[in-house]
Amino acid sequence: MMEGNDGIGEGMAPLLEIDGLKTVFYTDEGVARAVDGVSFSINPGETIGLVGESGCGKSVTALSIMRLVPDPPGRIEGGSVLLDGRDLLAISEKEMRKVRGNEISIVFQEPLTSLNPVFTCGEQVREAIGLHQKLGRRESKEQAIEMLRLVRIPDPEKRYGNYPHQMSGGMRQRVMIAMALSCQPKLLIADEPSTALDVSVQAQIIELLLELREQLGMAVLLITHDLAVVAQMAERVVVMYAGVVVEEAPLGRLFAHPAHPYTDGLLASIPKVDAPVERLSAIPGTVPDPLRLPPGCRFSDRCPKRMDKCSVTEPGMFAVAEGHRSRCYLCEGSGP
Amino acid sequence: MLAFVCKRLLQSLLLVVIVLTVTFFLLHLAPGDPMARYFHPEIAPETIELIRERLGLDRPVVEQYFKWMGSFIRGDFGMSLQYNRPVRSLLAEAIPNTLRLTVAALILHIVLGILLGVISAVKRYSPFDRVNTVTALFVYSIPSFWLALMMIMIFSLKLGLLPSSHMQSIGAGELGGWALALDRLRHLVLPAFVLGVASAAGMARYMRGSMLDVLREDYIQTARAKGLPEGKVVLKHALKNAAIPIVTLIGLSLPFLLGGAVVTEKIFSWPGMGRLTVDAIYARDYPVVLATNFVVAVIVILGNLLADIGYALLDPRITVTGRKGGR
Repeated sequence: MMEGNDGIGEGMAPLLEIDGLKTVFYTDEGVARAVDGVSFSINPGETIGLVGESGCGKSVTALSIMRLVPDPPGRIEGGSVLLDGRDLLAISEKEMRKVRGNEISIVFQEPLTSLNPVFTCGEQVREAIGLHQKLGRRESKEQAIEMLRLVRIPDPEKRYGNYPHQMSGGMRQRVMIAMALSCQPKLLIADEPSTALDVSVQAQIIELLLELREQLGMAVLLITHDLAVVAQMAERVVVMYAGVVVEEAPLGRLFAHPAHPYTDGLLASIPKVDAPVERLSAIPGTVPDPLRLPPGCRFSDRCPKRMDKCSVTEPGMFAVAEGHRSRCYLCEGSGP
Repeated sequence: MLAFVCKRLLQSLLLVVIVLTVTFFLLHLAPGDPMARYFHPEIAPETIELIRERLGLDRPVVEQYFKWMGSFIRGDFGMSLQYNRPVRSLLAEAIPNTLRLTVAALILHIVLGILLGVISAVKRYSPFDRVNTVTALFVYSIPSFWLALMMIMIFSLKLGLLPSSHMQSIGAGELGGWALALDRLRHLVLPAFVLGVASAAGMARYMRGSMLDVLREDYIQTARAKGLPEGKVVLKHALKNAAIPIVTLIGLSLPFLLGGAVVTEKIFSWPGMGRLTVDAIYARDYPVVLATNFVVAVIVILGNLLADIGYALLDPRITVTGRKGGR
């Protein structure tokens, strides 16, 4: 499954290596294969953009990496997630707890509901520090205040004692980021970190993430459906559709030469400032129901370039160029 | 906070006066006569009228009301028509007895209710949860007098393990020390169980629901993503949130426990407020009924006040003036 995975970090051991990850949800209507054989890797210090429409399995991929998929109804059924060569899916729950918030952290989409309303923001940051760094209450509090300062919360000593409802959405997302980064993780998963915020605040949060990445040197898995955010932050992009990776490429190459018709459609639907158009182009149809996936290529029923074999067997990943793979028969044999 | 409590207490005072007034007139509207006990072929009707006059029961109801209210406000609860003793001393005997029963039941109610509810929610759909939920529904549905009789039948008559009535054995006062305490505890088990378990069942169901709602919240996922062990996620992050609605339930269940105690006390011959009230109603012993009503009203109001204060202590979003603060 790892063919053509020779991106930027060639020769470097990847930090995180996901191979054939399968996460399914057992619902009353049937088995939903939310993540169906996803493979990609992240190198140390690298930022990967994981993009796709709502419901394509991006967030479930993130939760699977953290082993936080609610069970029941969800379950990780196959594959491996190697962090520095250690399979996170095979270690005990106790071992996994030392990874969460310490080696891998996550920032969720909804800052309004992701902080516990009955504890102060400072305490919620301090808790993670006290837990993983075995510090006393005073030291961990001092460090939590430093973290709040790092994410540019004004007057952090005073804000430490504030409850979530006393802060704005942007401030709360800063608290979430402070909490996630408090133990200097090797990998930060940012699941739509700016989607729920006002546009001006979105920009501030992205700016902050960019700076902190430079400062702390962690790898980032940026999950978003906003290609503009990806263009600002990511070095490499992984495109998902209906539970599978359909294309993976370095950022510049993906925007210049998208190989999969789905990526094409995504890029075409971005409004362009310099070329006024009457209507935005949209991909026809909707994401297939994970309970009733079409046979063959999952995108075939919406694809403008569909061929006969597309609706018969699912294409594999074909190498298009160095570090560029695509799950489309059009790319068969086009690689280096 | 202090201003809030003072304001609420002043409002409560007015409420108590209204409750007592309504009770007073309702009692006098109800059929029956406090003098009924003297109706006897050998007692001349003139004698009865004399007693009625001496007690002031021949005066117009409104006049009786103002006279009674006047002394009540000064702390004089009057004389019991039935026992010919000051109501105050009757209350002084009954209240501690009821408190002993109610506090024991309340502890069972809270501890058992929260514990079973939390375990059920965490182990949702497990065999434990299913058994617990069905049992809770069953216990909650059966009337407490029936449960009391079944308990007496099983544990007192069949097994002979526990006493069936009263607060202590006859002559137990001689025992002293630990032996007396043990004897009283044995007498407490059945009534406290009947009173506490039925309400604990309701509490467990409510707690389970509240906990399940909270466990679905995003911040619980955040807590897990931090690497916290599941026990801490449940007992620290979830329980404090899930407990907020439960506090109201406890505050409101206080009077229900006392209400339930009326039946339970009667069945177990427990010499508390419940039995005093029921006997006083049968005897049309107006001063006693009014005084026990007063005590219950005060407890209801205090329960509500405590619930509001507990709310404010648990949830920082709520200020004691009752407004939701912030965004």
